[in-house]
Amino acid sequence: MFRTTENKLVNSGLVDRDAPLLGCLDAHLEWNRSGRNIPLFEKIFKQLNINALIFSQPAEPYRSIIDYLAEISDGTITPNDCETRTFLHDLPVSFELSPDAVVSLLKARKSAIISGHGIITCGMIGLEQAYVTFSSVCFACFVKFFSDFLFLSKRGVVEKKMRQVFDRVIQKLDPPVSFNGALIKGPFKSTQQIYEAIQEAGRLTVEYRLVDSYFGNISFCHDQTLYISQTGSSLDQLKDAIDPCPLDGSSCVPITASSELPTHLKIVQQTGSKAVLHGHPKFSVVLSMDCDVENCVCRGKCHLKCPRERMVCGVPIVSGEVGSGPHSLCNTVPEAIRGHPGVIVYGHGLFTTGETDFNRPFNHLIQIENSCRTEYFNRIRLL
Amino acid sequence: MHGWHGKIARINLTRRSWRIEIPDFDILTKFIGGRGLAGYYIRKKITLNWNHPEMPLLLFAGPLVNTRSPTSGRMTIMSRSPLTGAVGDSSVGGSLGFQLKKAGFDGIVISGKSSKLCGIEILDNDIRITDASHLKGREISQANSMLKNKGATAVIGPAAENGVLFSSVIIDRHFAAGRSGIGLSFTSKNLKYITIKGSGKTSVFDPVALSSAKEDVFRLTAASPVLLGEFGISRFGTGALYDLMDAKRMMPTENFQKTRFDRAQSMNAHAFKKNYAPKKTGCRGCHILCKKIARHRTSIPEFETMSHFSALLGNTDISTVVDANRVCNEMGMDTISAASTLACFSEISERKLSPQAIISLLTDIGKKQGVGVELGMGAAKYAESYGRSDLAMAVKGLELPAYDPRGAYGMALAYATSSRGGCHLRAYPISHEILRKPVATDRFSFNEKARMIKIGEDLNAVADSLTACKFIFFAASLEEYARIYTAVTGIKTSGQDLFEVGERICYNERMMNTANGFTVKDDDLPSRFFTKPGDQGNNVRIQPIDRKAFLTARSNYYIARKLNKHGMPMTDVAQSLGLEPIEEP
Repeated sequence: MFRTTENKLVNSGLVDRDAPLLGCLDAHLEWNRSGRNIPLFEKIFKQLNINALIFSQPAEPYRSIIDYLAEISDGTITPNDCETRTFLHDLPVSFELSPDAVVSLLKARKSAIISGHGIITCGMIGLEQAYVTFSSVCFACFVKFFSDFLFLSKRGVVEKKMRQVFDRVIQKLDPPVSFNGALIKGPFKSTQQIYEAIQEAGRLTVEYRLVDSYFGNISFCHDQTLYISQTGSSLDQLKDAIDPCPLDGSSCVPITASSELPTHLKIVQQTGSKAVLHGHPKFSVVLSMDCDVENCVCRGKCHLKCPRERMVCGVPIVSGEVGSGPHSLCNTVPEAIRGHPGVIVYGHGLFTTGETDFNRPFNHLIQIENSCRTEYFNRIRLL
Repeated sequence: MHGWHGKIARINLTRRSWRIEIPDFDILTKFIGGRGLAGYYIRKKITLNWNHPEMPLLLFAGPLVNTRSPTSGRMTIMSRSPLTGAVGDSSVGGSLGFQLKKAGFDGIVISGKSSKLCGIEILDNDIRITDASHLKGREISQANSMLKNKGATAVIGPAAENGVLFSSVIIDRHFAAGRSGIGLSFTSKNLKYITIKGSGKTSVFDPVALSSAKEDVFRLTAASPVLLGEFGISRFGTGALYDLMDAKRMMPTENFQKTRFDRAQSMNAHAFKKNYAPKKTGCRGCHILCKKIARHRTSIPEFETMSHFSALLGNTDISTVVDANRVCNEMGMDTISAASTLACFSEISERKLSPQAIISLLTDIGKKQGVGVELGMGAAKYAESYGRSDLAMAVKGLELPAYDPRGAYGMALAYATSSRGGCHLRAYPISHEILRKPVATDRFSFNEKARMIKIGEDLNAVADSLTACKFIFFAASLEEYARIYTAVTGIKTSGQDLFEVGERICYNERMMNTANGFTVKDDDLPSRFFTKPGDQGNNVRIQPIDRKAFLTARSNYYIARKLNKHGMPMTDVAQSLGLEPIEEP
């Protein structure tokens, strides 16, 4: 039970091995290891209707980023990315590690940042839920830090501490993604091969850290069926988590399909692409939020609507929210992706497509992310 | 006061009088409304027989009803269940709760018994007890036609008047307060109908904050494939679940003897859509609109009805499912209990029921004629009368809905612990075991499920009290609804604070059931589920539930729920929750 979550946290670069404290309460409270803070967290469990908790100092660069953001906060960090807006709302900060202080924050939110100590997340449906929140907190803080740094740099108002943190964390970044392999080549000859190709591409997307926890999605369309990852699935664990979605709507089995099914469907129907890959690569997301237009009528609502055609590294940036509805990204992505290697959704992530297999979409995911990363630092350097 | 009106109508049908009660504000915050507040008001009388004149019949809305809170149009009807003897409540949609709040009331408590068949008509501040003798025996749609322009309606049909133990109350012609035999509680008071029409508003503390909080909920709903997705319940109704239950090999078939129905693919939501071209509708204030109505005001069956009138009975005729639904709605009977009772009858009598027989038997039940007299007792009592209690698929006397417990172990535990009997809606672990919300859990494991079930029960108790539709919690959580609650009432709260209220509501129900003699032996499942496998296919094997693992999970639940090892409430825990002991009235 604990080992799976520990490995996920470590493999995704969120924590160092042996750092996290994991607690699980069913009839009795169990821990993954001993720790001097356990009595404190036992008190937290007594006061909250939860069944799982993760506490950990995150690994670098998240640690320095989160410590800084917490230190300068007024008790709340408010990132502007999609995961925060939709699921986290904001990130409360406590300046003391005490049961009362932590409980007061976790009563209202799924996570709390304890300044100088780490992140606490909790779940009511087990450790998986707490893990997803932990991952989102790290992602959101990363995106916020780099977005804010660029924004403040352009205006010449970066404070000294922030500059020091920036200089430190860029040394701790993963190197740019480099992939020289090849994925299963299409056209696929069987459904089995389609499943294998989806699983392979999903696994690599996670392995190369182009998506966090259970976000991102992937699909392949063949013979009037769209095979798509299920909602809440980790892209590296897609065995038994792919829904075959008949295009004639004759079965509702895909009720558990990814929330981005409408977008995947429209892409394959409108562009002729068969393979669709969606990840949340960080610098693509950061740059999508870098806009110099002052006094824009849509400022603050960029995730809903953008009056301009925006591009970065040859890739369109569009607005759009998760799922369906009038502001859904299914209304913006399919149109914008035509003739481009991908589309970035404001504050959210990147979609790429392929004609016959996942080689192109996966490689484009990498190339666009690497280009955005290079572009980010170019913009800093040019200031 | 915001959210609430602070007014409860106390109606006495013996004396044909009514008065206004102003509840303590403390009670409102401790029990909120809906199911919670109804549970507070019934507890002192809960050990009376269900048909005792002093047994209350309660209808409660919540502080979020008649505001712009998403999906907050539901209300609760509660009494002591004539079918089971346990707490009997039903959360129901339509516009009755909405009109109750517009009329200026948070709830109605009805006691006594009218000397002749009556109705209650509420028009803003005015309450009248009317003569309903002209409606005697009328089916639901006919009765509704005769109550036109009187506002929202709650009507019982011939089934309740004829003493069917699983009779329902139908709201606004299409929305059933189905479970627990609440319709018969109306009959016990000689009450045929209630109509409510109001013109008032409900005060909201901070409309701007409500608007902002609502946006968060809408965003989450849009992101939910189960709710607003291409194959979700907004498009297909709750029948969208049908195919998934088939794929998971957990569709109760032929009285739960099997878990796969061969003809499922031809009787799914898509088939209904193709054959009946239904339009969307739903509860007041809901944007999901899961209800489907076809031509000639034909209700498209909900998932449970679809499944039970097809697979459970081995019926392969789709029109029979629609007809059966219609008969149950017109007669005023719970579709789940009705189908399950027929399935039990089919197995005991070793008689496969033809489509004609299904409709004929349902009519007989509603009219209490022929074999319908026996079947109107419900599956448990019917089976017991034939010495075959093992063939009634019920828990605490309430027939099981359309999720075979061998296909989802959390559901198995939830059926056993549910305070109203075999019910999926108390904890609804299908959300994570099958629908992967908020994360997926292993449906074939009891690990960690005990506390998950307890938390799920607390959550849904709050949902039924605010009120908010349980479906919204496939997407949102009490974190978002706490903001809504604060915006409406002005009371600062959090998701976890609301959970404490949920815990109180659930513990109260446990105490009430204990006071009525329910014990650990009632927290169990029919033996079939521990001894017989289900079907296999689609890379799935449905095995019997491991009895030892189930009992361990149940013991773990008792610990999580702070009950003693025999499943009985503990005095100190009750006290800490602000619950006084339940004494004989």
